[in-house]
Amino acid sequence: MSIVDVIRGGNEPAQGLKPRSEITARELLREVGAVLRMSEAEAAKLGDLPVDPSEDQTMIINMGPQHPSTHGVLRLMLELQGETVLRCKPIIGYLHTGMEKTGEQLTYMQGGTNVTRMDYLSPLNNELVFSLAVEQLLGIENDIPERAVWMRMLLSELNRMSSHLLFLATNGMDIGAVSMMIYGWREREEVLRFFQKVTGLRMNHNFIRPGGVAADLPDGWRDDVLHLLDMIPPRLEEYDILMTGQPIWRDRLQGVGVITAQEATALGATGPILRSTGVPWDLRRDMPYLRYPEVEFDVVVGSYGDAFDRYAIRLNEIRESIRIVHQILDRMPSGDFRIQNKKVTPPPRARIDESMEALIHHFKIFTEGFKVPEGEVYVAIESPRGEIGCYIASDGSSTPYRMHVRAPSFVNIQCLPHMMRGGLVADAVAVISSVDPVLGEVDR
Amino acid sequence: MSEATTPESNFAPEPTVLYGVPLSDSRGQRVLHPTRDGYIALLRTLLDETFTMCADLTAVDYLLHMGRALPEGIAAERFEVVVNLLSIERRERIRLRVQVPESDASIASAFDLYPGAEAMEREVFDMFGIAFTNHPDLTRILMPEDWEGHPLRKDDDPSRIPVQFTADFSKRASS
Repeated sequence: MSIVDVIRGGNEPAQGLKPRSEITARELLREVGAVLRMSEAEAAKLGDLPVDPSEDQTMIINMGPQHPSTHGVLRLMLELQGETVLRCKPIIGYLHTGMEKTGEQLTYMQGGTNVTRMDYLSPLNNELVFSLAVEQLLGIENDIPERAVWMRMLLSELNRMSSHLLFLATNGMDIGAVSMMIYGWREREEVLRFFQKVTGLRMNHNFIRPGGVAADLPDGWRDDVLHLLDMIPPRLEEYDILMTGQPIWRDRLQGVGVITAQEATALGATGPILRSTGVPWDLRRDMPYLRYPEVEFDVVVGSYGDAFDRYAIRLNEIRESIRIVHQILDRMPSGDFRIQNKKVTPPPRARIDESMEALIHHFKIFTEGFKVPEGEVYVAIESPRGEIGCYIASDGSSTPYRMHVRAPSFVNIQCLPHMMRGGLVADAVAVISSVDPVLGEVDR
Repeated sequence: MSEATTPESNFAPEPTVLYGVPLSDSRGQRVLHPTRDGYIALLRTLLDETFTMCADLTAVDYLLHMGRALPEGIAAERFEVVVNLLSIERRERIRLRVQVPESDASIASAFDLYPGAEAMEREVFDMFGIAFTNHPDLTRILMPEDWEGHPLRKDDDPSRIPVQFTADFSKRASS
């Protein structure tokens, strides 16, 4: 069966009584009913225990939003029969701060500070997709200087490494390999230290901006990157010894939270979840942006679609990112780090001291911002969690008329009910962890 | 930035049609403009045309920008539901922009064809108050269940949140 058939499924009509293997994913997702579609008021009514215990064998319990393994403030309403999960409903919104509304008040220059806080584990990818969307609206997407493009790739890949390292840490912690948590955070901190040197901040950088990046790489950056690249691979080998081959680890993850390729595509899941089902879909390779066609890397895919595949994919994507960063180091060009288009780029600091016009120009760009022509555009890139997209509609002013971010975690958590159905409550923790949602991005 | 790269109009001069629906070009991206009635039929066609993934579904409230560019024959309405579809086989994207009038802010749900649209349609309902008919669970998703109003509407006033204590600065003694 080719991958095309795998994605499309068959063309059989809806048949509720057929065995599961013979129904297409789209029908299955409609009819099996893994999602608990019940309001909180209805759920509260069911809270009283039945008089006759044999009458009702299921119960509804809440998991979260304070549960430590729900990665922040995700809440799951679980329908349980004994220890088996029947249906579940992810309840989100606890971290909703109206960032899309805020995005309508901020100029394109300030917008980066807003989007960078959405997926706080891969802030540079958020800034990148926002900047690419604004640049496409401005029509300057092909004029970005080479050095800026390669710097964006460098930062994006290092960010992918730091995000996946944190996944390894939290995944280990959720499943009980607590020492892994310390190792994962330790390595991530090394990457963040490099970010701090380059951007000034560990997180929420606002470094990638429309038109390029905020500053050039600091002196000695190459040694710092090489230090990272020397340090991390042997540590990954240690993780392999610590976890990948370990029987307890495998027992906890293998065969848990299985999802098929048809289900994943129908649900819109992207990133490691889609790749774990065997669909080789990576926007870096399949719909390239920046200079990804010029570097060599492999798209890591799984074959079973279970939690172990998703763990192994992320572990190996760190190795692929290291491969890419090595090539970026070899090819990093010199030159400008932001576009020399006076409309979007503020004048250099030195010019402000000697030129009144430069001072006015600087002031205008930072207070008013620059105007962006009318239009609407959707740009998507591959973030560590999947396809992150930015839809901007402009009315010709200096703030977006509408700024929408297609958050990969928001779509991916729809897979949770389908992955958990029929599993144990203890496996629910492993399933949430393997989806790796970032609630800042889910709720925006 | 030259004038050639940012044409004034976003669509080709002669009206082009794809799948029987007006097609426009927005910065090199294909955009289809189906009517509200033809929306589900078009989704069905596109699903057969290998657009198996609904990458994104959102909406825009054009209350303050009604004069936007649209192909001929498409009347601008206040709301616009924007659907981004993805074809993994062909490595293509296509976008749908459906006009939804303010007087009857509702549209058919894409849930039957794209189960992944469920959460995104709930978000649009929550933020814009656009009702999706035949949606399995049309409830608020991000805002509290008892919230009034739809925050991303342009006429929603985000400052009208009742607070427990109000400050009356006139009575405060000046120090």
